[in-house]
Amino acid sequence: MCRFLISLTTALLLSLPVLANAQDVSREEIRGLDEQIQDVKKDVIDLTSELNRLEEKLLFPSNTQAAIFVSLSGGEEFSLESVEVKLDNQVVAHHLYTYREIEALQQGGVQRIHTANVQTGAHPLVVSYFGKSKSGKEYRGTASFSVEKAVGPKFVEIQIAGTQSAINFKDW
Amino acid sequence: MLPRLACAIAGTALCSLAVLFGAAAPVHAKESADPTALQTRELKDLFFGEALFDAYQDEYFDAIVGLDTELKQYRLLDDPELDPFSIHFGQAEFAVGDLELSYRMHQEAGRAIEAVLKGNVSQPIKNEAAYRLARIHYHKQQFANALHALEMIEGRVPERVRAQEQFLRARVYMQLGRFEEAVALLRDLKGEKSLAGFVEYNLGIALLKAGEAEKGLQELDALGRDAGNSEGMQALQDKTNLLLGYQLMEAKEFERARTYFDRVQLSGPFSNQALLGAGWVEANAGRFDRALVPWQLLKQRQPTNPAVHEAMLAVPYAYGKLDVHSTAAVNYGQALDLFGEQVDVLTHSITSIREGKLLEALRRKEATQVKNWVVELRKLPGAPETHYLLDLMASNDYQEFLRNYQDLNDLFERNKSWLESLDAFDEIIALRRSYYEPILPGLDVQFRQVDARIKMRMEQRQRLARRIDNLLVNRRPELLAKSDETEARLRLEKVRALLAYNPSLNSEETEARVARLEGILKFQLSREFDQRLTEAYKHLQELDAVIATLQETYHRYVRSRQAATHSYEGYDDQIRKLRGGLNRSQDRIDMLMARQGRMLEQLAIHELDQRRAQLEDYQIKARFALADSYDRANELQEQRQDAQKVEQYREQVEQLKEREASKEAPAADHPDGELLPTDNPPELGEPEQGEEIKSEEPGDETGEGADDE
Repeated sequence: MCRFLISLTTALLLSLPVLANAQDVSREEIRGLDEQIQDVKKDVIDLTSELNRLEEKLLFPSNTQAAIFVSLSGGEEFSLESVEVKLDNQVVAHHLYTYREIEALQQGGVQRIHTANVQTGAHPLVVSYFGKSKSGKEYRGTASFSVEKAVGPKFVEIQIAGTQSAINFKDW
Repeated sequence: MLPRLACAIAGTALCSLAVLFGAAAPVHAKESADPTALQTRELKDLFFGEALFDAYQDEYFDAIVGLDTELKQYRLLDDPELDPFSIHFGQAEFAVGDLELSYRMHQEAGRAIEAVLKGNVSQPIKNEAAYRLARIHYHKQQFANALHALEMIEGRVPERVRAQEQFLRARVYMQLGRFEEAVALLRDLKGEKSLAGFVEYNLGIALLKAGEAEKGLQELDALGRDAGNSEGMQALQDKTNLLLGYQLMEAKEFERARTYFDRVQLSGPFSNQALLGAGWVEANAGRFDRALVPWQLLKQRQPTNPAVHEAMLAVPYAYGKLDVHSTAAVNYGQALDLFGEQVDVLTHSITSIREGKLLEALRRKEATQVKNWVVELRKLPGAPETHYLLDLMASNDYQEFLRNYQDLNDLFERNKSWLESLDAFDEIIALRRSYYEPILPGLDVQFRQVDARIKMRMEQRQRLARRIDNLLVNRRPELLAKSDETEARLRLEKVRALLAYNPSLNSEETEARVARLEGILKFQLSREFDQRLTEAYKHLQELDAVIATLQETYHRYVRSRQAATHSYEGYDDQIRKLRGGLNRSQDRIDMLMARQGRMLEQLAIHELDQRRAQLEDYQIKARFALADSYDRANELQEQRQDAQKVEQYREQVEQLKEREASKEAPAADHPDGELLPTDNPPELGEPEQGEEIKSEEPGDETGEGADDE
C-alpha cells in the first residue's frame, strides 16, 4: 500500500493540469456549453446596455439630469469611510464605503454617488466626508459648491484629497 | 486578477491532494492587471472612471456594460475627437477585452484581440495583443493554439508584459512536453521579482521532467528553504518541500525525504500530506514507533481528509508491526467507527445533491460574499458535506463550471429585476400619459395665445431697433421728442395751419412768436438728441434683457412641452422588444443553468461516490486487519496464560521439592503423613530449555508497556 501511495502522490505532485474528475462529462460537451454561456452573456450585456439607456432616458432625461461623482486624490494614503451629499439643502446620499470600494477609489475609480432630476439654474451642493489616514488619523471635511444646471445633463465630480482636508469640485 | 472565488477556495482547499492535482505544476503566478488596460494616470472621462470603479471591484459585468455603452456612443459621434473619451478610447477597447477575459467571455475577448492583430496597428501593439490571445488559449487549455499565438510575436513585446510573456511561453512549452526549451526560458527569468518563487518552482519541475533530476532537486531545495514570508509563498514553499519529500521517498532516500517533510509547516495547507509522508519515511526505515508520532497527530485532524483516513489505518498497522496487537485492534475499531460515520455522511451528501441542495446553496448570494463559503455552505440545512468537495471544487474545470453557474444565476437575477423594472416603466408611462394628455390641449391653446403676443412684442422691438439704427444715419430729433414736446410741436403745426388758412390772423408778432416757439422746441430736441439717443439705446438693451428672459421662458416651456410628450410616447415598441429579448434570454439561461447544474451535480456525486468507495475499501481492509489483530492478540494472550501456568507449575514443583526435602525429618511437618498430589497434567510438564526461552521472547512486558502508553 505504501509504495503505491508514494508513487501516486509523487505522480500527482508532478502532473500537469488535466481535466479533473470529469470522466462523465466530455470535453466537447463542456466546450459547447461554455460557448453557449458566453453567447448568452454577450446577449445580456447588449440588452443591459440598452436597458440602461432606456432607464436613463425615462427616469433622468438629459434636460433635468444632474449626476454627482466621487473620486479620491492622494492614492493609498487616505481611506475614505463615508460621504454625505446635500443637494438643495436635502441629504440625497449618505454612503459608507466597503473595503473593496475604498480600494477601487484609491486605484483611480470614480463612483457615481447620486443622480438627480433638477431644474435649470443654480443648486447648492454641500459635501461632507470622513476618513482615516494609514496611521489611523481621522480627517473630516465639508465644502460647498453651486451646481449650475443648464439645458444639457450636468456632471459634477467631487475630488476628495483626504489627508489635505480638501474637497475640490470639477464641472464636467 | 485572481477572482475572489478562487482565493476563497485556495485558502481552504490547498490542504487536499486534489489541489495538488488541480493546481499542479506548472504553478501560475498571480497575473497583475495590465497597467495600460485598466489604469490611467489622468482621467479625462468620468464614465471611463466609473467603469474602472466597477472593474477594480471585480464587478466585471457592470464594467463591461459601462465601457461598451461608452464605446458605442463614442462611435456614433460626428466629431469623436472632440469628446474627452477619445483619450481613453484605445485603452477602453483593450480594457473591454481584458474584462471580457476576466468575465470568462473568451470568445469575445479573442475576437477583439484578433481584430487588433489584423488591424493596421504598430507591431508592439500587435505583439501585446498576441500575448493576450495566447493567455486566453492557455486559460482554455488550448496549448498548441497558445503557442501559435505566441509565435505571432515579432520583435520585442512591451516591457511591462515581457516577463509575463516569457513565463507564459515557458508554461506552454511545459504543457506541450518541450521541457528543455522551458528550462532555458525559465533560467533567463530567474530573478524576476513579480514572478519570484513561481519561476523557480516551474524550473525545478521542468528540470525533473527533462531528466535532470539532481539539478531539479537542487532548484526545488533552494525554493523549499526560503520562498518568502507571504501566505502564498509559504504555501508554495510547503508544496515544494512536499514534492521533494515524496520524490526522494520514491527514490528510497528516506533520510533526505524526512528532512523535507519536516520543513513543511504543521498548520499549513500541505501539513496533512507532510505528516503522512513523514510517517511513511519512518515506516519504510522500519522505525514504526517513530512513524506513530506524525500519524497519531494526523489522526486527530479533520475526519473528512483522505490523509487522515489513511492515517487511521496506518496507526494500527504500525502497532501491529510493533506486536502490540491489542492496541492495533482498538485503533482498527476506531477507524471502522470513523469510516462508518463518514460513509453515512457521504451517502447523505449524495442524497442531498440529488435533491438539488448543492445547487440551491450555490445560488445563494452569500456564496460569493462569504469568505471560505465552500466550507461554510455545509452549515446550511440539508446541504452536502463540502469538505469532501473541496478538492473537486478547487480544480480548474469545476471552478469554471461553478463560476459559469453563478454567472448564469446572476444574469437570471439581473434579467428578472429588469423585467420588474419594465413593468414599473410601463406604469410610469401610463401615469404620465394619464396626467399630461388631459392638460396638454388646454396648455397648447394658452401657449398659442401667449406665443402670438410674444411674436407681436418681438416685432415691436424690431421696429424700435430699426428706428434707432436709422437715427444714427438720419438725425431726426423729433423722433425722440417726449409726449409734451410732441404735443407742443403738433400745436405749433396746428397754429401754422390755422394762420395759413386764415392769413388775416397772422401778424409779425404772431409769426415771431410761433417761430420762436418752434425754435425753442427744435433747439431743445437738437440739444438733447444725443443724450436721448443714448438713453433709447439703453432702454433697448434693457428691453433685450427682458426679451431674453422671455425667450428663455419660452424655450423652457417648449422643452418641457416636448419632454412631457417624450416622457410617455415612443417607448412601447422599445419596451416590448426588450421584454421579448429578456424573456428569450431567461429561457436560454434557465436551460443552460439546468445543463451546467447537472454537470456540477454529476461531478460532485462522482467525487463523493469515489470517496465513499475508497472508504468502503478501507472498511474492508480494516475489518480483516481487526480480525487478524484479534487473532494475534488472542494468540499472544494464550501464550501469556500458558507462560503463567508454567510459572505456577514451576513454583508448585519447587514447593513440593522443598517439602520432600523437609520429609527428611520424618513426619515432623506432616503429622498425618498425607502427600501432595503428583499427577500433573502433561501440558504442564516441565518445558525443555528451548521452549522456555521462546515463551519469554516476545517481550510481553515491553509490549504491554507500549500498549498502556
